[in-house]
Amino acid sequence: MDLLLNFLPAIIIIVVMFGITMIAALYSTYGERKVAAYLQDRHGPNRAGPGGLLQPLADGVKMFLKEEIIPVASNKFLFILGPSIAMTCALMTGVVLPWGDKFTLFGRTFNLQATDLNIGVLYVFAVVSVSVYGIMIGGWASNNKWSLMGAIRASSQIISYELSMGLSIIALLMVTGTLSFREIVLQQHGGILHWNFIAQPLGFLIFLICAFAECNRAPFDLAECETELVGGYHTEYSSMKLGFFLFAEYINMFISSAVMSALFFGGFNFPGMDFLAEKGLDANWITLIGTAGYFLKIIFFIFFFMWVRWTIPRFRYDQLMNLGWKSLIPIALLNLAITAAVMVIRHSNNFGF
Amino acid sequence: MLQSLFYFLSFTSIFLACMVVFAKNPVHSVLYLILTFFTIAGHYLILNAQFLALVHVVVYAGAIMVLFLFVIMLLNLNAETEPRQSMLMKFAGTIAGGCLMLVLIAVFSKANALPAAHEVNSQIGLIKNLGKILYTDYIMPFEVASILFLIAMIGAVILAKREPKAAI
Amino acid sequence: MNSIFQTVPIQHYIILSAILFSIGVIGVLTRRNAIIIFMSVEIMLNSVNLLLAAFSTYHNDAAGQIFVFFIMAVAAAEVAVGLAIIVMIYRNIHTIDINELNKLKG
Repeated sequence: MDLLLNFLPAIIIIVVMFGITMIAALYSTYGERKVAAYLQDRHGPNRAGPGGLLQPLADGVKMFLKEEIIPVASNKFLFILGPSIAMTCALMTGVVLPWGDKFTLFGRTFNLQATDLNIGVLYVFAVVSVSVYGIMIGGWASNNKWSLMGAIRASSQIISYELSMGLSIIALLMVTGTLSFREIVLQQHGGILHWNFIAQPLGFLIFLICAFAECNRAPFDLAECETELVGGYHTEYSSMKLGFFLFAEYINMFISSAVMSALFFGGFNFPGMDFLAEKGLDANWITLIGTAGYFLKIIFFIFFFMWVRWTIPRFRYDQLMNLGWKSLIPIALLNLAITAAVMVIRHSNNFGF
Repeated sequence: MLQSLFYFLSFTSIFLACMVVFAKNPVHSVLYLILTFFTIAGHYLILNAQFLALVHVVVYAGAIMVLFLFVIMLLNLNAETEPRQSMLMKFAGTIAGGCLMLVLIAVFSKANALPAAHEVNSQIGLIKNLGKILYTDYIMPFEVASILFLIAMIGAVILAKREPKAAI
Repeated sequence: MNSIFQTVPIQHYIILSAILFSIGVIGVLTRRNAIIIFMSVEIMLNSVNLLLAAFSTYHNDAAGQIFVFFIMAVAAAEVAVGLAIIVMIYRNIHTIDINELNKLKG
């Protein structure tokens, strides 16, 4: 019984976060179309429900009811495995993210976080690197040249940009000195000036660009470049399996926005937190406001993703690789060296010179 | 609990490793090898080496095996193009490997193991501890490894850049 | 914190590693596809890694885990160069069958 009580908060948080992630991904599709419509000076979906709010549900029903086609010459098991891996990996990342500070209920205090791994950042990296297989297996199992080329494009892009992403995070970790998401967020307590993007502006920029590439989003969505590759790695997919791939993309967007806000924008910290605490506001309310603030940051970044998608044209493949290998990695290394130099100068007393 | 987990993971990894070797299709071999690596990461978790487990997943599953998969997919290798070893060689190889296994097990089962450390310290697998040892006691091998990487990188680029002669 | 070695003797780790290593050896001996041979070598390296990590926990000494990192580094470098060589070979003679590679002239 005690064991159950210990795990209950984590289980509830996991279930709630699963729901929120799904709904966020669902309504990201709606948001995407609305933002696109706004940027292109038209209305966007406005038929289903007030303001088109039921459009995602209609899309979902359509996805479910469509005929499911599995190519004859494909490997059936791997064909189904591909989207499953993509979806699972997209959902697995949310476990280590800190959604809020301490919350007290019925005399028990728990963190609004499923689990606080002491190597949470590395865990996110591991999951992202495994999610490449969803795309590769799906593309290969389709037994279609376009799918294969799309899969190889997408996964080589993800691997290439993972490098500079890792280097930019290493610089951040040198500043924070921990790999735990909760500790990183707690260190940023105390106003906007303590947020990590002030200390690591270059690192944040690199991370942002790499996040676009990792999510296969425009301007790096070469994998689904219609003019060259028909539909990319999901050319042969239909019905809910296609839905899984598309859904995974939106969940990845949500999660990478969440990671970005936690690492660089203070997570659940918000300006005026201490002021409210001094005024005697209940800690639970501050936690809830913090969580709301966190979601506001996430929504802003999701909007930013869409904004960029409908503003900047797609890169060419060689440009993408040149940017990744010849610009971002050297800049990330430079950032690393500068961070190390600044830290040595700042802590020079500890080094004995 | 840990015990049964250990045996489960052990038998799975042995089974999957066998499948790597005996699968006809190279792509299936790669996928089985990825699963094998996941079971080994599970072993690391049992051994309280969480950091090692995640690095293992990132390096092996995330980087090395993707390279293998790339090459196999780009060369379009499948069960039909797979070169077959003659039955005799297969038989001889299996016998030789089996003999090696028997010898290894026979030798090691006779060996006297030193007693386990008295105090169980679950902290040694933490990144802080590992980093301290890596950058003090093992700084020289670390630097040599970085030079090795540089050489490997240059070598791979040179090899990949060379134009194929008489491409058909 | 209870250790795995209270219930599983270290010999079992040694036997597991020996079996995995032998499977790798069998793979090298019985397959002709150069990439599969490479993968069998990876299995052998991993069996050694596993044993190093097990001894590291057994003796409460982190040095074993450091060696695993070095082996991983060597494996990564080896794969990068090795696969580049295999792709070069494939470009030249259109096969990766190691029995076709017994001639020194291209």
